[in-house]
Amino acid sequence: MTLERRNFLKLLGAGAGVATAGLAGCATQQPKTASAPTRKVVVIGGGYGGTIAAKYVRMMDPSIEVTLIERNDHFVSCPFSNLYLGGLLKDLSPLTIKYDKLAANHGIKVVQAEVTGIDAAGHSVTTSKGVFKYDRLVVSPGIEFRTDEIKGYDMASTPEVMPHAWKAGPQTILLRKQLEALKPGDNVVISIPLAPFRCPPGPYERASMIAMYLKQHKPGSKVIILDANPDIVSKKGLFMKGWKKHYDGLVDYRPAKKVTEVDTRNMTVLIEGVEEVRGAVINLIPPQKAGHIAHVAGLVGDDKKWCPVNPMTFESTLHKDIHVIGDSSIAGAMPKSGYSANSEAKVCASSIVALMNGKEITEMSGINTCYSYLSAKEAVSVTGVYRVNKEKNVIEAVPGSVGVSPDLSEVEAIYAESWLKNILTEMST
Amino acid sequence: MTMKWRGWALTTGVLAISAMAQAAPPTAAMLSNACAGCHGTNGGSAGPSMPSLAGQSKESIVDAMTKFKSGARPASVMGRLAKGYSDAEIAAMGEFFSKQKIHVTNQSLDPAKVSRGASLQEANCSRCHIDDGKEGKDDTPVMASQWLTYLQMQMADYLTGHRKMPEKMKEKVDPMSKEDLDALLHFYASVK
Repeated sequence: MTLERRNFLKLLGAGAGVATAGLAGCATQQPKTASAPTRKVVVIGGGYGGTIAAKYVRMMDPSIEVTLIERNDHFVSCPFSNLYLGGLLKDLSPLTIKYDKLAANHGIKVVQAEVTGIDAAGHSVTTSKGVFKYDRLVVSPGIEFRTDEIKGYDMASTPEVMPHAWKAGPQTILLRKQLEALKPGDNVVISIPLAPFRCPPGPYERASMIAMYLKQHKPGSKVIILDANPDIVSKKGLFMKGWKKHYDGLVDYRPAKKVTEVDTRNMTVLIEGVEEVRGAVINLIPPQKAGHIAHVAGLVGDDKKWCPVNPMTFESTLHKDIHVIGDSSIAGAMPKSGYSANSEAKVCASSIVALMNGKEITEMSGINTCYSYLSAKEAVSVTGVYRVNKEKNVIEAVPGSVGVSPDLSEVEAIYAESWLKNILTEMST
Repeated sequence: MTMKWRGWALTTGVLAISAMAQAAPPTAAMLSNACAGCHGTNGGSAGPSMPSLAGQSKESIVDAMTKFKSGARPASVMGRLAKGYSDAEIAAMGEFFSKQKIHVTNQSLDPAKVSRGASLQEANCSRCHIDDGKEGKDDTPVMASQWLTYLQMQMADYLTGHRKMPEKMKEKVDPMSKEDLDALLHFYASVK
């Protein structure tokens, strides 16, 4: 609340001398005079959260200048990238967006640059292409890996041998190539980290898609899932049902198997330092934390992993005027999903615009909807509507709104395609 | 709102500061923007199986959401999501989307079916699907420029009995061939 107090005092201060004049002037004209400097919002990260935050701030108040900083000139969606691994998509082009239309349609300045630092006190972002000042900053950097928790893991070389493919793009293509090169009869290992991680049902959808591919093309091969969690994290009943129906004997699910060490030369992973598992292809998804820049900027909380935020505004509780959305933030009951990031971005944009205009903020209302494919034609979904429990100051699901599909569904697979089309269109236009 | 708050803040001083910790109940925009991930920005859908909500009538959105919530209308995700909202919130969302400009879709349609549909609709459907489906009587949904795939999926649900047809619609639909029905849907999808 310090921030509101500051703005408020500023308002009072400005009014003190010219109080009557300034505020009487309100009746006909807002006090933000023509001579006032342009108000600036900077957004870091052009993914599911950042694109939407930038767009909705501009939609809600076109007088605010918005700069979106992203290191790549395009974005590849993690949702649906498992379908590429399974062979249902020929390439990643349906999952790839560019920023030109978004920039042109909404007057967003898109800068392709690497962010190197955030000066919270000075309200500026340092990048490979210079310094950008902001009044409010949105940080939406996705995830980084806690590779230090896996012995023998080298950040540069290990993923080239044991791809994580948990950031879509070259890693996804590498994993697909490895699957294509697999000798029939050899096994694929998927290592799932402890929750919370990006996209809770994602690893299990991936297992389904890989099993589908193996069933068609690699007789005798199977998927071994080493799950650090005590049980399937999301949509458990539906995944079990789908595996039994389509891939009986091809998915070997092993709970409570936390990979603690890797050996890329022998293509093995070690569980808790004792049990060794070999795979011809090893999809090692390391444990996760907030994106790198969130750590550099001191936005990460006591857990050293994720960013605590005000659940109503997504403003950091550690640095004022900086908002953190998407996978990096601690958003209570909202899962770390693309749809959550989209929804959080709109809540954040709405708060930013209200706060920058000295207006009352609106209570947050968010949604998550995410689909997982079990086979070429069947998908399942999980949904939730989210609000802040004001007594506990935490985001909770509205009772009744959270649930999964009753069964594997062909209709949901059709809806899922439109989900992708709509959410990517929203981000890119 | 700003003005009112500013005036009030000035006179009440410190009280106003703590009042800022409060937030107003979710606005129609706050509620509705969350839907756009699936239904498109402001309800203009880019996905053929997902209906555009932009320009849809408030009555028809309220009717659909109420039936999703009670389970009276078959659904996948909507049956669950609708339970997340009060009746007043559903009305607010209906109002929000009804105020948006109709989303004009660009979809490839069979011109022969479109013209056949055009001649059928006048005599059969126009009493409820008013002005070429640009408006609807009472809670009849706006059909103009809706995605063909979505319309076909709904018609399939009606024909299998999965979704209950309104009586007046049933009277008209029952005697029609599947080809005629498909032509009608082509027509409505084509209206700009």
